[in-house]
Amino acid sequence: MIEEGKPLFVQIAEHIEDSIVDGSLTEQAQAPSTNELAAFYRINPATAAKGVAMLADKGVLHKRRGIGMFVAEGARDLLLGERRSAFADRFVAPLLAEARRIGLDAEDLAALIRERSTQSTTGRES
Amino acid sequence: MTAVIEVRNLTKRYKDKKALDDVTFDVRKDTIYGFLGRNGAGKTTAMSIITAQNFPTSGSVRVFDEEPYENARVLSRMCFVRESQKYPDDAHPRHALAAARLFFPNWDQELAERLVDDFQLPLRTPIKKLSRGQLSAVGVIIGIASRAEITFFDEPYLGLDAVARQIFYDRLLADYAEHPRTVMLSSHLIDEVANLIERVLVIDRGRIIMDQSTDETRDAAATVVGPSAAVDDFVRGREVIHRESLGRVASVTVLGALGAAERAEVEAAGLDLAPVSLQQLIVRRTQHAAGQPVSQTQEVHR
Repeated sequence: MIEEGKPLFVQIAEHIEDSIVDGSLTEQAQAPSTNELAAFYRINPATAAKGVAMLADKGVLHKRRGIGMFVAEGARDLLLGERRSAFADRFVAPLLAEARRIGLDAEDLAALIRERSTQSTTGRES
Repeated sequence: MTAVIEVRNLTKRYKDKKALDDVTFDVRKDTIYGFLGRNGAGKTTAMSIITAQNFPTSGSVRVFDEEPYENARVLSRMCFVRESQKYPDDAHPRHALAAARLFFPNWDQELAERLVDDFQLPLRTPIKKLSRGQLSAVGVIIGIASRAEITFFDEPYLGLDAVARQIFYDRLLADYAEHPRTVMLSSHLIDEVANLIERVLVIDRGRIIMDQSTDETRDAAATVVGPSAAVDDFVRGREVIHRESLGRVASVTVLGALGAAERAEVEAAGLDLAPVSLQQLIVRRTQHAAGQPVSQTQEVHR
């Protein structure tokens, strides 16, 4: 669940973002508290607080005084937009690099992607 | 930032050996520290002097802005859980807990009882008949339930199995979240405590060689793996702290965070980048320091 080489608070923030993107944490819902995060991930509460603060700065979470942190309205769209614009760099570029190494061109890749996506849809139907 | 402990130019000499060599550091309020280093590096000596159980040869220690020596105001706010705590011969765990209850003003009896259950500690058995793990549990329970403003755990886990250690970490973290305080945790099981500690203080041969936030240590070094020639090209000009090779493949650990451009460079060269865990980093740095003249080591770290 926790990997090396990336600041822990960033990972905590990303885990929360994942739950917002996949819909398990809905907009307006209360986000887990710093202490809940600390206990769940077995990390220092200060680290969890830093991750939460990062999301608050970004406008993904907002604070309701005396109650806790809540998922902001529009948070999911914000995160989706961010992830879509990062998609090419994060996923397509390494895919192309490996393809080039093993002698596949963009056309081959496109064909593979189409083939796989029909397979997985039919796979799900059967 | 408030410092609850200020150590200045602290030196402790035992005959011809310097256990602490001109050590200066601050300990921040309400922060969990990993106090790390090899056996004999000076951890226990430093903690003993801070808690006024030992005298410095020179230098000074201030705790809560006061001298700790024979100062009840300061001492009752500190709890030192020693690895080799001695108890009176006929004492039972319930006696140790009762004494702790009298001594520590913030003692939480309910919490202590819960911890006794968690660790399944027999209360009415002479302490000298307890197993090593049960003996450690006595210290751990006192350390957590005392809720002292500063708590030192000196390798508190000896004899505790993996389950009991996890209970210790979980209870410490949960109680710390509710009642923030300063904790100095000395441990050799660095990977186990890496996520619990907010700051890392590393001592090596009587000197502090790292004093930084745990987050900063996560990209303080990186290991580059690939064909020797390409690896050598990349690491030229960087500070190498470890090198291994297997046939024509080299694995070299360099200090310093790598930026996006450098990561791209590594990838373009067909090299792999592996993160360095806190434990690996400290092992490498303390090995590294051992191979170098002391003055140079200091320069690297300050």
